[in-house]
Amino acid sequence: MSMNILLIIALSPLVGAIIAGFFGRKIGKIGSHLVTIASVAVSCILSIQVLMGLVNGEFTVFNQNVYSWMVTGDVSLNVGFLVDSLTALMMSVVTFVSLMVHIYTIGYMHDDPGYQRFFSYISLFTFAMLMLVMSNNFLQLFFGWEAVGLVSYLLIGFWFKKETAIFANMKAFLVNRVGDFGFLIGIAAVMMAFGTLDYSEVFAQLPQFADKTISIFPGVEWSLMTFIAIALFIGAMGKSAQAPLHVWLPDSMEGPTPISALIHAATMVTAGIFMVSRMSPIFEMSDTALSFVMLIGAFTAFFMGLIGIVQNDIKRVVAYSTLSQLGYMTVALGVSAYSAAIFHLMTHAFFKALLFLGAGSVIIAMHHKQDMSEMGGLKKYMFITFITMWIGTLALTGFPGFSGFFSKDIIIEATHLSDRWGSSVAYIAVLFGVFITALYSFRLLYLTFHGKEKMDNHTKEHLKESPWVVTLPLVLLAIPSIAIGWMTIEPILFGGFLSDAIHVLPQNDVVKEIGQEHFHGAGSFVLHGLTQLPFFLALAGFALASYIYLKKISIADNAKKTFRPIYDLLQNKYGFDDFNQKYIAGGLVSLGNLLWKWSDSKLIDGLIVNGSAKLVNKISKVFRGFQSGYIYHYALVMAVAVILFIGVHVI
Amino acid sequence: MSDMNYLSLLIWLPVIAAFGILALGPQREGLARLFAMLASVITLIISVPLWMHFDASTAAMQFEEKVSWISALNINYHLGIDGIAMPLVVLTTFISVLTVLSAWKVIKKNVHQFMAAFLMLESMMIGVFCAQDAMLFYVFFEAMLIPMFLIIGIWGGPNRVYATIKFFIYTFFGSVFMLIALIYLYMQGGTFNIAEIAEIPLTLKEQTWIFFAFFLAFAVKIPMFPVHTWLPDAHVEAPTAGSVVLAAIMLKIGGYGFLRFSLPITPDASSELAGFVIALSLIAVVYIGLIAMVQKDMKKLIAYSSISHMGFVTLGIFIAFALILKGGDTSMALEGAMVQMVSHGFISAALFLCVGVLYDRMHTRLIRDYGGVVNTMPLFAAFFVFFAMSNAGLPGTSGFVGEFMVILSSFQANFWFAFLAALTLIFGAAYSLWMVKRVVFGEVKSEAVSQLTDISKRESFVLAVLAIAVLFLGIYPEPLIDVMRVSVEHLIEQISVSKV
Repeated sequence: MSMNILLIIALSPLVGAIIAGFFGRKIGKIGSHLVTIASVAVSCILSIQVLMGLVNGEFTVFNQNVYSWMVTGDVSLNVGFLVDSLTALMMSVVTFVSLMVHIYTIGYMHDDPGYQRFFSYISLFTFAMLMLVMSNNFLQLFFGWEAVGLVSYLLIGFWFKKETAIFANMKAFLVNRVGDFGFLIGIAAVMMAFGTLDYSEVFAQLPQFADKTISIFPGVEWSLMTFIAIALFIGAMGKSAQAPLHVWLPDSMEGPTPISALIHAATMVTAGIFMVSRMSPIFEMSDTALSFVMLIGAFTAFFMGLIGIVQNDIKRVVAYSTLSQLGYMTVALGVSAYSAAIFHLMTHAFFKALLFLGAGSVIIAMHHKQDMSEMGGLKKYMFITFITMWIGTLALTGFPGFSGFFSKDIIIEATHLSDRWGSSVAYIAVLFGVFITALYSFRLLYLTFHGKEKMDNHTKEHLKESPWVVTLPLVLLAIPSIAIGWMTIEPILFGGFLSDAIHVLPQNDVVKEIGQEHFHGAGSFVLHGLTQLPFFLALAGFALASYIYLKKISIADNAKKTFRPIYDLLQNKYGFDDFNQKYIAGGLVSLGNLLWKWSDSKLIDGLIVNGSAKLVNKISKVFRGFQSGYIYHYALVMAVAVILFIGVHVI
Repeated sequence: MSDMNYLSLLIWLPVIAAFGILALGPQREGLARLFAMLASVITLIISVPLWMHFDASTAAMQFEEKVSWISALNINYHLGIDGIAMPLVVLTTFISVLTVLSAWKVIKKNVHQFMAAFLMLESMMIGVFCAQDAMLFYVFFEAMLIPMFLIIGIWGGPNRVYATIKFFIYTFFGSVFMLIALIYLYMQGGTFNIAEIAEIPLTLKEQTWIFFAFFLAFAVKIPMFPVHTWLPDAHVEAPTAGSVVLAAIMLKIGGYGFLRFSLPITPDASSELAGFVIALSLIAVVYIGLIAMVQKDMKKLIAYSSISHMGFVTLGIFIAFALILKGGDTSMALEGAMVQMVSHGFISAALFLCVGVLYDRMHTRLIRDYGGVVNTMPLFAAFFVFFAMSNAGLPGTSGFVGEFMVILSSFQANFWFAFLAALTLIFGAAYSLWMVKRVVFGEVKSEAVSQLTDISKRESFVLAVLAIAVLFLGIYPEPLIDVMRVSVEHLIEQISVSKV
């Protein structure tokens, strides 16, 4: 591996973005998409080469600085690359999905006036994401972290006339900033403790820090490693949309669908998962932090999935399913099954991108309508979309043999085996999450592709399969959605592929335990899966969805009436949005107004500043009276003074 | 090093040009503009060697000039720059060119007088950063008020008289105490040479009095909570060029004053009172951040945002004392404060220019009068979003660098310092992006917005130059750190040694 290759991988999309961004009008639509697609394709091919090289043992781990960002005091902050198995895997996933999305965008954004701008943004995103995963230090990680946030902001608000879109992008950025606040505090703590932000230098010092404490409140000592791990994880909660910082992700669906697939499903939102895996040496030092991570993940996995059942907007269903799946990954992190989290991250990237792009294909056919209650029966109009969406759904619901099956089963199994505090609760959450996943996923399929055609006649007349630039990525993503689990479970999870990047304490290593005791090849794993509880739960979800949405739709309506309070609770998304809007955003604005009007304007400026000026004015008015200009006034004062003076002395 | 008197040339060239422009009279407006442009560009060119030939390996004053001025009182015309002053001098000459360019068409009344006042202002500001004699510093410090007073008072908005008087009295009030302190120090040490003043032994009690005298002058200038209320008014009433200079350079004189006077002259008092200044700085970050969020006038919003960002400067400077005691990255704190000053020079200038662009077209600064500007001014919108993001401290822009350094170093002093300072990540983004949302995005809000024309070549040139500066400093801050490193180390040595 050479520095030059890595520089080309990282910078090529940036160059593409700059060309499309600044010269988009000159090179035109075709020029713009060609140049960005070429630039991402270069990154993708080279990334896969790097990954292959690492798998073959042709390359070794690469860790080198590119340039010195600054040297301040004894601290040297650098920009540099660390490329090991974990990074190479992420690079390949990111660039591959990005490439698919680039191609797909040609069809999806065909008539959009911001065509070139869109390509410029998604290439810029690819650059930012690569900087994030390729970083060898916290500084550059934070750069990539915020840069992907910036592009996410720009893309959610891509249709800047839409009020909901420009609210959603601001919300996304600000909620992420809350997470980044924790993240930055975590980085500052790392700096304080280790005196460096370089990963390898930090990790090398870790053993000496096991018993160090930090005092936040006087007299209370907390474990420093727990503090750092939780602070960093708060950053991950923002980016990877874990409750209660998940609120921005459903709203981000206001952006064009290609970026929902790329940024808000496959890549950016998994940055938190990646980061925690990268920091596994730190997290491994704190059981408390890992329990926290696990419980947050479990909550998100279960409760966000539930909301998916009541959504009617096709993209929002997929968005809640993304939240839920990110919850699964987070649970995996929490039980020290980092490799399982990364494995699920990878399979999820493929099938979730597929589902989003499939939903996008449906939306194109429906003339940009997203309400599933106006769809139905689309299977006979758009066959490729229909088939690939089924594949994606089977992968998502963990049908044995499909990619999601392997990754999700491992997470459930690992949670079951873990003896971390609270893991039994998490186990229940991820287990029943399977049932919910199947329920909302098949509901989506049935409402969209099966049953009665509920769209208006105008839409119906124009229904047709999307062009090849849309369906090709669907097919290309469907292949890994089926096969990637089968192909890679053994090397990634049990073959030690990620062992150069991920560090797990022997007593925590549940994945290894699964490998030794339960895993005897992918084939038998599938057979084994057919006899397990998750499979039956998924089957139950499938059966229930099939019965309701194919046979007796009235059940859904009745259930809605019978369980009104629960339905309302889910529709209101447990009230997170209302609470934030009313008490947090509203509270801060009221506080700002209060401080401005009373403290700044009335007290400081009114009373003290202008008040003192007025006081001077008043006093001088009094004294001005003495300077009347009449000689007899002055003579009188003199005479009185002389008399008094003499009087005082004489007496 | 060259034997040319670069610093004198820098200071006096704009003054001479100013008189020349005045001599042109009110009729020849075009010539006045051209002349002012030429003068500021030449000044910028003269300042380039300061950077190129700067010897970053020494903390000693460079490009020194010394001529006796009032020999009876041992006052000298003594100039020189070190790694702390040099970046600010170059910032001044750089921003000045852009300001002249931005005022090109906007100022229509008495162009020659405006340009002359402006060039004089530039001279005085350069003088402040170059002066090595405290009296000379004081003269420049005060003289600077006059052209600024005129710029706001003559070319300002409807409420300009109130704003100028407030600005003048506030600043004057502060600096009078500085004068008293300087006289006291002269009586103790018989010198006005700043470097020699720093050597005068002082008791803690003396230091405390002197500290507060300096503090009043610089806290008003920078400005710190609670002596900040002149700034929003001054900004609102000032013409765009005035706001740009005010925010980009004049505020920095406060920070520079702390570094040049307060710290070396009263190290023990500064150390004793660091907690007090840190508290005020953190109030600036949080309290002012909240106030910025609810502003209805764009200029006021940016003015409050400036105060909040300046909180990082004073925080970085005074956190250094806590770090010296505890053992932490003191250099990072002080250099962070310096970087923040330079970066804020670029970003605040750009933001005020952006507001100016809108104001020139719509004659209103109220956020609610805008909406959907991106539809009619896409290029402008791109710049505005970019600078708002820089203002929110996005990594990769200069706005991030200083804040990052100060937050990292303040964590080493005290967790809560970092906690409160880091809130700017949320508040800064909130007020910047909420403004962007309401002004730039959305449907075209009104007839007036639909009539807007995108920025001209001249306007985009100015903003593009600033954008490049912001990006460069964000991606590669090392060159800036490099020139100040040794000077900052020298300063740390000075303040680590007790005078008592």
